[in-house]
Amino acid sequence: MKIWALAINTFREAIRDKVLYSLIFFAVLMIGLSVILDNLTIGEPTKIIKDFGLASIEIFGVLIAIFVGIGLVYKEMERKTIYNILSKPIHRYQFIIGKYLGLILTLLVEVLTMSMAFFSILYFYEGKITLALLPAIGMIFIALTIITAFALLFSSFSTPILSGLFTLSFFIIGHLTPDLLALGKKADSQTLRYITKALYYIFPNLEYFNIKGQVVHQLPLEKGYLFFASLYGLFYILIILLLSMVIFQNRDIK
Amino acid sequence: MDHIIKTENLSKEFRTPFTFKKIKALTDLCLEITPGEVFGFLGPNGAGKTTTFKLLLGLLKPSRGKVWLWGEELKKIELKSKIGFLAENPYFYSYLKAKEYLHFCRHLFALTSQESKKRVDALLELVGLPEHKNRLIKTFSKGMLQRLGLAQALINDPELLILDEPMSGLDPLGRKEIRDVILDLKNKGKTIIFSTHILSDVETVCDRVGIIIKGILKDCGLLEHLLNPKIKFFEMCVKGLPIETVHNLEGQGLNLIKRGNEIFIRVEEKEEKNLLHYLLEKGGELVSFAPRKETLEDLYVNEIKSENHHENLGFGN
Repeated sequence: MKIWALAINTFREAIRDKVLYSLIFFAVLMIGLSVILDNLTIGEPTKIIKDFGLASIEIFGVLIAIFVGIGLVYKEMERKTIYNILSKPIHRYQFIIGKYLGLILTLLVEVLTMSMAFFSILYFYEGKITLALLPAIGMIFIALTIITAFALLFSSFSTPILSGLFTLSFFIIGHLTPDLLALGKKADSQTLRYITKALYYIFPNLEYFNIKGQVVHQLPLEKGYLFFASLYGLFYILIILLLSMVIFQNRDIK
Repeated sequence: MDHIIKTENLSKEFRTPFTFKKIKALTDLCLEITPGEVFGFLGPNGAGKTTTFKLLLGLLKPSRGKVWLWGEELKKIELKSKIGFLAENPYFYSYLKAKEYLHFCRHLFALTSQESKKRVDALLELVGLPEHKNRLIKTFSKGMLQRLGLAQALINDPELLILDEPMSGLDPLGRKEIRDVILDLKNKGKTIIFSTHILSDVETVCDRVGIIIKGILKDCGLLEHLLNPKIKFFEMCVKGLPIETVHNLEGQGLNLIKRGNEIFIRVEEKEEKNLLHYLLEKGGELVSFAPRKETLEDLYVNEIKSENHHENLGFGN
């Protein structure tokens, strides 16, 4: 109940923020633009629309996750609105979870809005709703929830600019972790192999959630892939949220 | 349970960024607040009042010492269900309307009953904001924010109210209204601890007073015990005095202020009778005559002066 109140309030803040509207507007515009690009391309029709559409949903989702996420805790501290929250019977962990769920709800609405625009355009071209694309969107959403958890973690102890840089770094590294492992395998040094392996497990493997290629090209996924990827995502989020709670629990609210 | 609030050697130190120099914000505060009392917390800016309140609410963690609320350590979050807090210059979500904000606060206390819904409107009425309930908070003036702050502090019908500068930013009428609300809460048996710079409010509302300077509680007790009951001087106002008499009084080095044809004179005890006879003999007409005892302002100013003097002598920390 209390967590839900905090989540709804965070959601409301995002919804009443003009930045979110402009981001969704541009995302829909990007999906629309893919139609033009599709007309200029030879080959399988609507492939570009699908590629471009999914990429737009991901990129704009990441932008919202970072822009809103990095201010989640910091803004409350900076604007001192947090005094009125934590002076009430609210555990600090409830505050963290509430803030997180509020942004997840925002991202859900954002992904749903963009997906609706995306599917409408596809329906216009193909005359059917391509449900096969849904797993790719689902995986994008899970990746977004991981990025949001990172943004929240950094926001619980750092300034928005630093948090933004850190989160963006994790997003980029998260897509490069398979390369990190490959690098380790090729390295002669045992130490380097250990380091790359350790980094591979520490950083999130966001490539795990990138099934856009397979879905667009209708390639089969391994059995249970979606389940295990979701489980991995959930596990990762739990760890990051726990870390955020521990850091925030011990902070002085000056 | 004897005390609603009890602190024992409550201390807080902060470290400056980069240099990690220690700054003492509060030192060994021992305070006991009994049920139903109104306690005024006085002190200049940066004295440690807000730090104390934040420690009482668990927003800050003490460097040393302990806090008990209703005889229990602050670790139990449920204790906060019985507290209402108004922060200094309260900040709210600017994107919310006043009514929305109070409903949000209601949910933070997990209050879902119909009565609690009605309470939102009743509180907006109480603090004089009923016609602004659907206005965005970002359009509120400082005084309106203060009123909304008081409303949110009362949403849970708290037993204990912690009010940090509740009168700040209010015009005289607003101040009177808020003071009346506090007096009403006092009559309902609520325990109130509040900080202020406005000494007259303390004198009107408080049972006990604490003066804190540079993180140290200098004085604490009932007002009548803290203030010296002896008469300090007499203040009289006389009108219609001949100009030569006025010059004569000035020549004697008396402390006097002229305002129109009225003259205000401050005179030491034991000299007041002779002076009054003299003024009436000279054709003066007595407008007012009053003994002056030590006021809270005198005590407050003296404490600050003595602290500064102490520090100048090199005894400060």
